[in-house]
Amino acid sequence: MSILDRPSSSGISGGGVTGRQAWGLFWLLVAALVAWLVFAVWPDWLNAILISKKAFVSAILNGITLAGLYFLVASGFTLIFGLMRNVNLAHGSLYLLGAYIGYEVTSRTGYWLLGVAAGFAVLALVGVVMQVFVFRRLEGDDLRQTLVSIGISIVAADLMLAVWAGGTYQITTPEWLDGALTLPVITAVRSNGASVFLTYPLYRVVVLAAAIVIGVGLWLMLNKTRVGMMIRAGVDDRAMLSASGVNVHAVFAIVFAVGAGLAGFAGVVGGSALSVAPGEDVRYLLASLVVVIVGGMGSITGAAIGALLIGLAEQIGLVYFPTYGIVLTFVIMVVTLAVRPQGIMGKAR
Amino acid sequence: MRMHRRTLLALAVFTGLTAPSMALAADDTIKIGLLATFEGPFTVLGEDGERGAMTAVNEMNGTVAGKKVEIVKGSSDASPDSAVRAARKLVEQDGVKVLVGPLSGDEGIAVKDYAKTQPNVTFINGTSAAQDTTLRNPAENFFRFSTDGAQWMAGLGTYAFNDKGYKKVATVAEDYSFPYTQVFGFMAEFCKAGGHVPSKSWVPIGNKDFSSVIAAIPEGVDAIYVALGGADAVNFLTQYQQSGGTAPLIGGSITVDQTVLTSKGKLRDVLKGTPSAGPTADTNDAPAWKAFVDAYKKQPGAFPSPSLFAHGYYVDMKATLLALDKVGGDVSDGGAKLRDALSKLSFDTPTGKVSLDKNRNAIADIYLTEVTEGSDGNLLNKLVKVVPQVNQTLGIPEDEFMKLGAVSRDNPSCP
Repeated sequence: MSILDRPSSSGISGGGVTGRQAWGLFWLLVAALVAWLVFAVWPDWLNAILISKKAFVSAILNGITLAGLYFLVASGFTLIFGLMRNVNLAHGSLYLLGAYIGYEVTSRTGYWLLGVAAGFAVLALVGVVMQVFVFRRLEGDDLRQTLVSIGISIVAADLMLAVWAGGTYQITTPEWLDGALTLPVITAVRSNGASVFLTYPLYRVVVLAAAIVIGVGLWLMLNKTRVGMMIRAGVDDRAMLSASGVNVHAVFAIVFAVGAGLAGFAGVVGGSALSVAPGEDVRYLLASLVVVIVGGMGSITGAAIGALLIGLAEQIGLVYFPTYGIVLTFVIMVVTLAVRPQGIMGKAR
Repeated sequence: MRMHRRTLLALAVFTGLTAPSMALAADDTIKIGLLATFEGPFTVLGEDGERGAMTAVNEMNGTVAGKKVEIVKGSSDASPDSAVRAARKLVEQDGVKVLVGPLSGDEGIAVKDYAKTQPNVTFINGTSAAQDTTLRNPAENFFRFSTDGAQWMAGLGTYAFNDKGYKKVATVAEDYSFPYTQVFGFMAEFCKAGGHVPSKSWVPIGNKDFSSVIAAIPEGVDAIYVALGGADAVNFLTQYQQSGGTAPLIGGSITVDQTVLTSKGKLRDVLKGTPSAGPTADTNDAPAWKAFVDAYKKQPGAFPSPSLFAHGYYVDMKATLLALDKVGGDVSDGGAKLRDALSKLSFDTPTGKVSLDKNRNAIADIYLTEVTEGSDGNLLNKLVKVVPQVNQTLGIPEDEFMKLGAVSRDNPSCP
């Protein structure tokens, strides 16, 4: 995985010491600027340009939390692609199905966490079933696998429309996740000298935390466990892994289960933060496609970087140029494809 | 060769299937196209529109002038191109001569433009309420018995300024012609009364994540005017509640409609007490309205009270059927008689008298409302005041009104 490559590529090789120092200085300056933007009380001219500090800092925070959600969806997508070369275009449907199942379980039992668990478990099972009964039959035939996955997504969308109709569902979050946090960020100073602090929905912070925990967990699984070792070996050379006596099919099934389960998990978490409605499947499929294209197919770190870029672009676009906001996302994708076609963390194949 | 035979067979089966139904249509049935959003973010709205239209059809026992009414449904997803595609299918493939729809603002403008290319087909609006569907460059064969989005706001701006005491209001609305029209209608009165609108946020239709938009609303406003529909409204209101927002809201007509008020979740707390205006009020005591509610509730899946969409489709479908009845169901002359009957039509709806102006746009009563919790726990729009017979120029002389300019993101403006 690309995470492993990082130390070697950024090592002492080449005469890059001064170059590295320059980059270090550059990032330090960027970090200082961001810290100043977040913590200082803004002068009026800056408020005039960027609407208000509250708007700017919130857009950044929202971008990061949205990125957390995108990462949850895209990490499964990229994992499945990395190992099986299978662009699973039904991934968005897995997200939506997870959200609906989460809604049903939560509203019937009253336990949100149970809904989240059900979203993961049921979709993991669906993933295994898809892998065993559909994709295993078409092994090695990438194009047919992709086309079949499109077919599955269309059928699934209509079936879900039949069962849950076209309404908008909101998964109710428990009391302890409600309300807003007051962050130690001063957005403005009132005329009487009192500081106005930024408030931020607690639930979104939890989404971000969940994404980070899962990201780290995935990284540990891939790099510190035996299964992870097999998966990484499979990404690099599938035939050789199989020749060395590993049950490749079992590894495939595990990856599909984890990938689909993560999509279902993201569905419940995302359906609680935003809402569940038909069409979400395509939205999240598109988002994860863009995230993975930008970040690099098959790389977890890439998915994280891609999700961060796309999440920030969407939110900043929404606040500062709403009509053309969507263009920003695709400009990022076009530039990536033009400059680095394999994606930011992707390996040239 | 095999392909060829198969094609022939398919053709034979196809003509065999369609021929009898076409023959049947010519005799004793009248086909009416019903175009609404049965997919996409406005699905719930479209489904309720259909309930309204079917209420009107059932009221006439499904027949008009002794002929059976056959409803052919067309589905769009609230985008103008999908509406035109569905309208083309209904007109050019299904051969309807009378079409009721569409539902949403931009769709209305697109279908009006399409209507110009089909002079022999009569188009009656569904609930699309963009001002320029009928005000500027109208089509001769497009009729709107439901009023437009600016008319729906009659009385709200003055009420917010005088009775509620809001001096500074920020707006959040979707970025297309209907919300422009609604904001125009609200601001026309609110700015005139002396109010200010320091910030207007236009968000793409189908947007999910409103938290950044909420954060960009200036701190010092007295209230937030929200003109969002369906899923967008649910998302905005939920996230507004989550972000701990405290400024009171003013609702656009479809923001506090039954399609949103019946949503589950915590957004109910945010909505209580929200003033709004529109073509209906849930607590209307008029017997005609109560009778309409009872008839509407017989439809499968009906809301506790008909939404604006059920009402709009009902009024437009009812007008269509009444006019068809007058001409004996005869549209063989390319619909000329029918259009004549429609433009002269004036009738009593559940919400008062409706007649058309010279642009074939309705003049009707508008209801000022406030959201309250009903005795059974459902949220309802309580009737505050009726603004009688509002016309499209909001009572302003036409030449003066046209000088205000076309509705857009930046017009009107009073920062």
